[in-house]
Amino acid sequence: MGKISNQTVLDKLNQQFGDKISLAAEPYGLLTFETTKEDIIPILSFLKQDEELKFNFLTDITGIHYPETALPIGVIYHVHSFVNNVRVRIKVFLEEINPVIPTATVLWEGANWMERETYDFFGITFEGHPGLYRILNVDDMTVFPMRKEYPLEDPNRVDKKDFFFGR
Amino acid sequence: MSDIKLAEAPPGIEGSGFFATSFDKVIGLARSHSLWPLPFATSCCGIEFMATMGSHYDLARFGSERPSFSPRQADMLLVMGTIAKKMGPVLRQVYLQMAEPRWVIAVGACASSGGIFDTYSVLQGIDEIIPVDVYVPGCPPRPEAILTGVLKLQDLVKNESLRRRNEPEYKELMNKYGIQ
Amino acid sequence: MDHPIIAARHELTETTTLNLGPTHPATHGVFQNVLEMDGERIVSGVSTLGYIHRAFEKIAEHRPFYQITPLTDRLNYCSSPINNMGWHMTVEKLLGIQTPKRVDYLRVIVMELARISDHLICNSILGVDTGAYSGFLYLMEQREHIYEIYEEVCGARLTTNIGRIGGFERDFNDTAFAKIKKFLKNFGPVLKEFEELFNRNRIFIDRTAGVAAVDAETAMNYSWTGPILRACGVDYDVRVNEPYSSYEDFDFDIPVGTNGDIYDRYLVRQEEMWQSIRIIEQALEKVEKEPKGIFHAEVPEFYLPPKEEVYNNMEALIYHFKIVMGEIDTPKTEVYHCVEGGNGELGFYLVNDGGRSPYRLHFRRPSFINYQMYAPMSAGMLLSDAIINLSSLNVIAGELDA
Repeated sequence: MGKISNQTVLDKLNQQFGDKISLAAEPYGLLTFETTKEDIIPILSFLKQDEELKFNFLTDITGIHYPETALPIGVIYHVHSFVNNVRVRIKVFLEEINPVIPTATVLWEGANWMERETYDFFGITFEGHPGLYRILNVDDMTVFPMRKEYPLEDPNRVDKKDFFFGR
Repeated sequence: MSDIKLAEAPPGIEGSGFFATSFDKVIGLARSHSLWPLPFATSCCGIEFMATMGSHYDLARFGSERPSFSPRQADMLLVMGTIAKKMGPVLRQVYLQMAEPRWVIAVGACASSGGIFDTYSVLQGIDEIIPVDVYVPGCPPRPEAILTGVLKLQDLVKNESLRRRNEPEYKELMNKYGIQ
Repeated sequence: MDHPIIAARHELTETTTLNLGPTHPATHGVFQNVLEMDGERIVSGVSTLGYIHRAFEKIAEHRPFYQITPLTDRLNYCSSPINNMGWHMTVEKLLGIQTPKRVDYLRVIVMELARISDHLICNSILGVDTGAYSGFLYLMEQREHIYEIYEEVCGARLTTNIGRIGGFERDFNDTAFAKIKKFLKNFGPVLKEFEELFNRNRIFIDRTAGVAAVDAETAMNYSWTGPILRACGVDYDVRVNEPYSSYEDFDFDIPVGTNGDIYDRYLVRQEEMWQSIRIIEQALEKVEKEPKGIFHAEVPEFYLPPKEEVYNNMEALIYHFKIVMGEIDTPKTEVYHCVEGGNGELGFYLVNDGGRSPYRLHFRRPSFINYQMYAPMSAGMLLSDAIINLSSLNVIAGELDA
């Protein structure tokens, strides 16, 4: 489909960043790799500004939570090159307590709300973000509801309690 | 000859040149056929309400021609769609701004009970914060169901005592919700 | 340049804070914008959202794959079939299910009908907001006919829940095809009439042309997709760039605008409806050429067998049990699939850990991402223009807040 192959993209990245790119794979033809929070912005800006690659479109930023791993909080970027019709997925994993990652709003204005949403759900702080506060949930919420330990239902509910069967 | 059907006159005493009946019935009749709806549409059910208002189903046939977007001039609050906890205070505020007499229809599963969204962010039915007169089931209800809900409310309005709002039960209900 | 006296007067002017929403009747949904106004002109604005946040992504982690379809209905409820199909195709991509061509074409029919119903709501509401109510009444009537087709296919009107993983849960009957054909015959003239009311209407053009114009670079910087991006002149359409459901077999054009203003967005949506009609006509022809009676892929592990077979056939009973209890292994991997929704690229990012429900499911919701630019672009606009700008973005509250 794409005008350049995933291998070309990966080769160019390896040439530039070397061992900072790890665990490259292609699930369902979408180039996926991991990197660290120090390198994510250089990699994104390289992808965006490279003459050949031209990854000019930020499709999505989201988070993920894997409890019981060393670096449980993940941030996942989907970047798209309209010119070459190729997508890339980049993952960065962070520590559970107070995860911090630099913001992508310096590259794309559109990253603003995506990062706010990710902060709202996972509590990931995007350093340098112009206004990082909750977007979907109520402002006085203290937890980050998409983390796995937080239940789906409202824990304060009383109407579901049953005398014999509990909740 | 027009085929417009007029509302039936309430029972009363008729003689030459006069017709006597009680205030309750006359005012109830008038009110029931001029319910001005306040559409509080948040999600999917609001789209079905658009269909109800549209030319195909035409809610205006039942005297609700004028959707009143100002709560002050509305009689019937139609809550359509999911009410999140963030939205709760807004809905309550809208209800408080309405003048008596006021009626509420909870349209759809979400407004009635939270529907399929049994989550931390959704209010499990608007009757947690404001009293409701008629519940319309469905996710979303068909326009016919919304019309039925309005007709049921018309029945309520027609047969309601004029002083219902001064009755102790009603005051107790309002106190339960913390509304004076 | 203002006259110095007028400029001085501007300096003196105090700004007013105006709270627009969250239940303002002019906004057609739950949008709150706190605007700082200088008279009729907006100085700056802040959008607040989350008023119908329903925690879709959290619910999805607790539901089996086939029970997530009803959730996708309620994302963009103006075009729910596209969301349904998008979700099914995501799971099919994950499981490696190849759907028969006939299923693909039937899906295309339903999706294009949904696109028409989405665009016609947007454009007719744009008419209402610019002061032309009759267009709304014309097109709403047509939307009812689309809903009748949905009813024939799946039984529901709005939140359709059409289809299953692997295809449809039943075949389209003859009445459905007859209704689609009848709709195609009747819709064209009505749409033409609607265009005659609006396209060259002086008031409409004055209200929309040149208002809220966005250049392509800014639009891409804000990650816009869909008709509003195409109105800026970027020919990005998922149906062409990454064809799904056999869209590559169809011959259709992607309309693009030049100025990215409200009038261009209107025209792009209008033309897309014509193109959708074209696609449906082709799809009907193609369906007739395919063998009859095929409406799902042969994947017994994931496609619930009919009830009669469950009661009479051992194998069907086993599969039924396995599907309902979620005892079938699924690949431990991740997949991103996107479809061209009514408002843009609707993406599903699914991380699977081999269980019956997703480990993590993220919806890339075009309304959420498109709406982001609304407050910055409103600055300097008249309030009445900002209102029609919101209608032309066609932000759907359910998709915005998820």
